[in-house]
Amino acid sequence: MKKKINAFLSEIRPELDFSESSNFIEEGMLDSFDIVQLVVSLDEEFGISIDGLDILPENFSSVESISQLLIKNGVLK
Amino acid sequence: MNLKFHNKKITGILTVLPENEVNFDDEIDNYNFSKGQTMKLKLIMGYNKRRVIKKGTTVSDLCIFGMNYLFEKNLLKKDDIDALILVTTSPDHFMPPTSHIIQGKLDLKQDIVCMDINQGCSGYVIGLNQAFFLLEQDEINKVVLLNADIMSTKVSKNDRNNRPQIGDGAAITIIEKDSADNTIYGCVKTDGKGADVLIIPAGGFKLPSTPETAELKEDSAGNVRSLDHLIMKGDDVFNFVQREVPKMINDLLDKANCSKEEIDYFMFHQPNKFMLKKLADKIGVPYEKMPNNVVENFGNANSVTIPTVITYNLGKKLLKDSFLICMAGYGVGLSWASMLLSLEKLTFCEIINYK
Repeated sequence: MKKKINAFLSEIRPELDFSESSNFIEEGMLDSFDIVQLVVSLDEEFGISIDGLDILPENFSSVESISQLLIKNGVLK
Repeated sequence: MNLKFHNKKITGILTVLPENEVNFDDEIDNYNFSKGQTMKLKLIMGYNKRRVIKKGTTVSDLCIFGMNYLFEKNLLKKDDIDALILVTTSPDHFMPPTSHIIQGKLDLKQDIVCMDINQGCSGYVIGLNQAFFLLEQDEINKVVLLNADIMSTKVSKNDRNNRPQIGDGAAITIIEKDSADNTIYGCVKTDGKGADVLIIPAGGFKLPSTPETAELKEDSAGNVRSLDHLIMKGDDVFNFVQREVPKMINDLLDKANCSKEEIDYFMFHQPNKFMLKKLADKIGVPYEKMPNNVVENFGNANSVTIPTVITYNLGKKLLKDSFLICMAGYGVGLSWASMLLSLEKLTFCEIINYK
């Protein structure tokens, strides 16, 4: 799952190194439109629909928080 | 606020769109973002073409053009109109009310109720509610609801958040008394604490437009706009819609004792495809029952999108068939409103171009 998340992040912002970041949002690496792109990619890849109420910056601040969001939406580790 | 109406019906819907069409691809260079990223957004959000007015065209021009079309085609008679409601956030002037200007230019009778309502994206449902209230009067038998906006003039050309989705247009809906007792269920909600989420800060009496308010500034996301422009906190709007609208729809259907499966179409306000798909998922309805093709073809013209999603997707079908429709609008105010009603064999249901 984390491999896929990293792949999508690199696809959306290829110029950035996400492994160096402790918080994607606070460090300005992802904006709201990046998050929308990521949600669409994750929905398609895992066959889910991430709840609109969960599309909040804090749920996209790290690979770990994104993983937790996917688990909440029924994706197995 | 739950509302219920009896013995009322919609008998015709007309959308009036400016002929001038702008393509998203032609404006990409105006935005402070990579071309690749912006093109991905085009697909996800449904940004494509939008209709905008030519400089100088007003809300009253669009409405008068549509009304004259109906008169010329004998689809509406001047003397039958007992009330004229205009829902707009872009009136011709602060005063007088634009509905009065329209009444005068069309030479409608003086024995008529005219009013402007300042509402945006929930304005179609709110306008219908007002029409139904008026039809409770003995002497009011036919109401014309005008929805019109020209907000493209208030969006910065360097604002990727707003510019690609905003279109202009008008819609005319005829509402009448009905001998059949079909119950119409409605719901209206308001949260003025979110008034700054969608706002044009300058240009009113609180902050008149000046050279200072026209000064362009870049926000943290790279959008460039001034205080004279439309400002939308997109994240807040998205979360408000996802939080409140599904709840409102479920409550509305509970009150009406109606299942989602019984509804033919969910005709919702059209800000972008992504938001509509997430709403459909959350409410639990298939995408084909919630059309999301207005923003990509015409743009989002505030309260005009619900009548347009009906005229564009159902059109002539509504001249002979009947459909159970659930409508919902949501946006500036904050305001959100919904309605469950049957649309049956309309006299007209079409889109025309303003010339």
